[in-house]
Amino acid sequence: MAVGKEIKNKIGSVQNTQKITSAMQMVAASKMRRTQDKMRQGKPYSERIRGVISHLANSNAEYRHPFMQEREVKRVGFIIVSSDRGLCGGLNVNLFRSVVKQIAECDAKGIECDLGVIGNKAAPFFRSIGGNIVSVMNDVGEAPALADLIGGIRVMLEAYSEGKIDRLYLASNEFENTMTQKPVVRQILPLDPTDDDSYQHRWDYIYEPDARQLIEGLILRFVESQVFQAVVENGACEQAAKMIAMKNATENAAKLIDELQLIYNNARQAAITQEIAEIVSGAAAV
Amino acid sequence: MANMQCEIVSAEQSLFSGSIQSLSARGTIGELGITPGHAPLLTGINPGVVTLHLEDGSEHLFYASGGFLEVQPGFVTLLADTAIRAEDLDEAQAEEARAAAEKTMDDKNSEADFVSAATIMSESLAQLRTLEELRRRKR
Repeated sequence: MAVGKEIKNKIGSVQNTQKITSAMQMVAASKMRRTQDKMRQGKPYSERIRGVISHLANSNAEYRHPFMQEREVKRVGFIIVSSDRGLCGGLNVNLFRSVVKQIAECDAKGIECDLGVIGNKAAPFFRSIGGNIVSVMNDVGEAPALADLIGGIRVMLEAYSEGKIDRLYLASNEFENTMTQKPVVRQILPLDPTDDDSYQHRWDYIYEPDARQLIEGLILRFVESQVFQAVVENGACEQAAKMIAMKNATENAAKLIDELQLIYNNARQAAITQEIAEIVSGAAAV
Repeated sequence: MANMQCEIVSAEQSLFSGSIQSLSARGTIGELGITPGHAPLLTGINPGVVTLHLEDGSEHLFYASGGFLEVQPGFVTLLADTAIRAEDLDEAQAEEARAAAEKTMDDKNSEADFVSAATIMSESLAQLRTLEELRRRKR
């Protein structure tokens, strides 16, 4: 019966799409577990070093590194961490929106912005809105290596030491749980002192061997570890968001198939009814 | 005797977290012994053994390849580049790395690699020393 051929075809194509999305959902689910493990492993280090750094920022150091000094803000830098691939729901868009909001706020105050982007998705977006991109790191992959990121971080740190930028922010997604990822824009430089009151009294570290050398090394390590952790965490967010997006797509496809099946059955029933009516009326005419 | 909190973390994982009585490590300018109430100190560390003395008198040995040590009166934080529990060290691997590094350093033609070979050499030597230390204590 030739009835509803188009509808049958349509159902077939939706079914194919559904197969793909459910496969992608499963792939994302297994990758998510791996990326989350990675994120958890790196967390203690990045949290501890942030603690040390904030103690340092609170201390009454004899030597104030430029990275510790607030200065008048004329230009700021953003390091933006995005995903390499799409199909992960609103993950990147939400992050970009919060960055764009910050950039607009800076613009209103006459502050210019330099952008360093990580991941394939950020560069085209910020280029299209006319952002000033100073460094691009593409294809960081699912198992990012610190070595791949160092170049872009250096660009920003050098710009900061040379006084080209007066503040450095890191924008990335924070992993809350599988269902929620929160875009956050955090200030990295100059160092943010903790609010912890117990460290407010006047004190300083003993430095071995030399304050300047030590603080420089530590701050470099700190920025690297923060960016690295952000990239790893963003990777976990990406897989979680992808899994949810694909789950929704699979469910939508199932709903669509149900609807199409109903339309198809209606059409088939109508055709049968019509045929019977034709036969009956034909027989009556004889 | 007073105690202090100690955390040992490497870029990959958290290795130790708990209360200790003292810690000794190799700082960039010499051996360090940290006991509770130490003045705030920030130092780099060289590849070598890190020994923790616990309240119950037992000792824990770690190998750290370098990093930073922060000391506050109530706690110490060791931020290691890589750190391994002494029991988990692989002697054969360390010996192999040492031999390979020695060969590279002896090879006059590959001068560019001298620095990295020297780094590997000092790291593997420190690992072997850690293992020796561990064996000595067990005896």
